[in-house]
Amino acid sequence: MKINPYDQNDYTPVPSKFTLFMRKCVIWQFIRFIAINLKMLVVVSKSH
Amino acid sequence: MARVVVMGAGVSGHTACTFLNDWLGSEHEVVVVTPNSQWNWIPSNIWVGVGRMSSEDVTFDLKPVYDKVGLTYKQAKAVSIHPEGSEGESSPYITIEYTESGKEGTTEVLTYDYLINATGPKLNFAATEGLGPDSGHTVSVCTHDHATHAAHKLQESIEKMRAGETQEILIGTGHGMCTCQGAAFEYTFNVEHEITLAGVRDKANITYISNEYELGDFGVGGMHIKRGGYITSGKVFTESLFTERGVKWIKRAHVNKVEAKKVHFETLDGNQHEKEFDFAMLIPPFSGVGLKAFGKDGSDITDTIFAPNGFLKVDADYTPKPYEEWSIEDWPQTYQNPIYGNIFATGIAFAPPHLISKPMKSPNGTPINPTPPRTGMPSGIIGKTVAKTIKEMILNGATEPTHKVSMGEMGAACVASAGKGMLSGTAASLTMYPVVPDYKKYPDYGRDLDHTSGEIGLAGHWIKHTLHHLFLHKAKLKAGWTLIPE
Ligand SMILES: Cc1cc2nc3c(=O)[nH]c(=O)nc-3n(C[C@H](O)[C@H](O)[C@H](O)COP(=O)(O)OP(=O)(O)OC[C@H]3O[C@@H](n4cnc5c(N)ncnc54)[C@H](O)[C@@H]3O)c2cc1C
Repeated sequence: MKINPYDQNDYTPVPSKFTLFMRKCVIWQFIRFIAINLKMLVVVSKSH
Repeated sequence: MARVVVMGAGVSGHTACTFLNDWLGSEHEVVVVTPNSQWNWIPSNIWVGVGRMSSEDVTFDLKPVYDKVGLTYKQAKAVSIHPEGSEGESSPYITIEYTESGKEGTTEVLTYDYLINATGPKLNFAATEGLGPDSGHTVSVCTHDHATHAAHKLQESIEKMRAGETQEILIGTGHGMCTCQGAAFEYTFNVEHEITLAGVRDKANITYISNEYELGDFGVGGMHIKRGGYITSGKVFTESLFTERGVKWIKRAHVNKVEAKKVHFETLDGNQHEKEFDFAMLIPPFSGVGLKAFGKDGSDITDTIFAPNGFLKVDADYTPKPYEEWSIEDWPQTYQNPIYGNIFATGIAFAPPHLISKPMKSPNGTPINPTPPRTGMPSGIIGKTVAKTIKEMILNGATEPTHKVSMGEMGAACVASAGKGMLSGTAASLTMYPVVPDYKKYPDYGRDLDHTSGEIGLAGHWIKHTLHHLFLHKAKLKAGWTLIPE
């Protein structure tokens, strides 16, 4: 997206190419899948 | 033999009635009254709304499921509650009106020993002139039928883009008092994803319009997470995603009128604006479904057991107080009506004590602030908690609620889809604890930052996809359903 100076989107962080790659990297995302599920289970168990 | 009547078979009502039926056995009767013949896994309506799933993928027939476990099912809508009975009927009862094909409009009196109101929200499109798919100019994804219609309209827009036309796409909240920003957020990015896949992204100007003070508020006053060596506001991450996907945003907006291809809205500074659109999906505000209540003598007591927004009053502290004095103690724990101890409300149907986000008004006096969400996980947990209490009351003679749960001590795990696809999809996976910020316990940010997190990636999509199948499996009462958490 084109970001113009002083536009609302000129002030936000945007992901770097590396971050974008990691978001779709199957091996890394598999690890995150396990990690996020564990995090969610902790929150679920604290709530019951 | 006791009879428990559950009004509404959505997330919380279905949870409550199926667990009660399981725990109480055949000596007691559980009756569920709901106008829908099918159960809908509402979170996946987002994917129906972009044509990636069909209505059939997100629904199933309730009757065979209830028949299988011996639960009495009446396809009808509850109309009124008579908590003291009436001159001719000594037991408390509700009146119902059938929606089942062949019996439409037939009314019936249904007595109860315990009553759960799990009727969810009325989609109050009428609050904004011209809003909604039925008599207005915008589409919705709040029901699977609405979402199917939205997918057709989106496809029409995509076809126009393919033919070289530029399309203005507007997605967000259709009133200053909406909740459910999460659904609008998800739909925005799913639409953006589909338009990109269709190869016409350059022909779409996508704008998000919201009643939030800042993006990322989501009706829970926003959240902070630890990331990249900082404790950062969710606003930063939300705006980042909008920028990354090329979506513009309008915040602090109360949409007050929709015309064909044009919305009118007021912003918190009191100014009036207009925005043209070709395709608009705007979430309506929610209210109670309009149940009435009557005393023994037939007098209207609706105002004593329901709040003005139509939600049922429970054990919350409804004393009006300024934002600075709010605390988690204001939030209900037992969901029992303070006047009638055998009536409970679960999920969206209970009246919250106040907002979670800070109340805001424009100089014209227009409230522009999100109302409190009661998402799937809290709705399910509350349904199960109330079921446990009623079980104790029936089986062990408990006179007071035995089980408690508060949104001030309950977390939420949410997965907001940002595009479907096993290798190309992404979703934001969020956890927060607690849902209602507790500034006494967590003075800095109101939440436990060890259990409040958010990240975007393919993993989130896999989780969302897994949850779709897991919750449909649970709702169909298939093997091991009781082991799957709410
Ligand atoms: C598009 C969309 C996406 C969402 N995505 C998510 C998500 O990803 N994660 C999440 O946690 N939450 C999500 N939510 C919110 C979630 O769907 C709700 O929190 C949840 O459905 C609330 O449960 P409930 O039982 O209170 O109400 P509902 O599930 O709405 O159920 C209410 C039931 O009551 C019935 N009813 C209505 N009137 C009557 C009457 N007069 N008598 C008897 N029955 C009646 C209705 O037919 C319905 O069956 C989403 C919501 C929407 C609209």
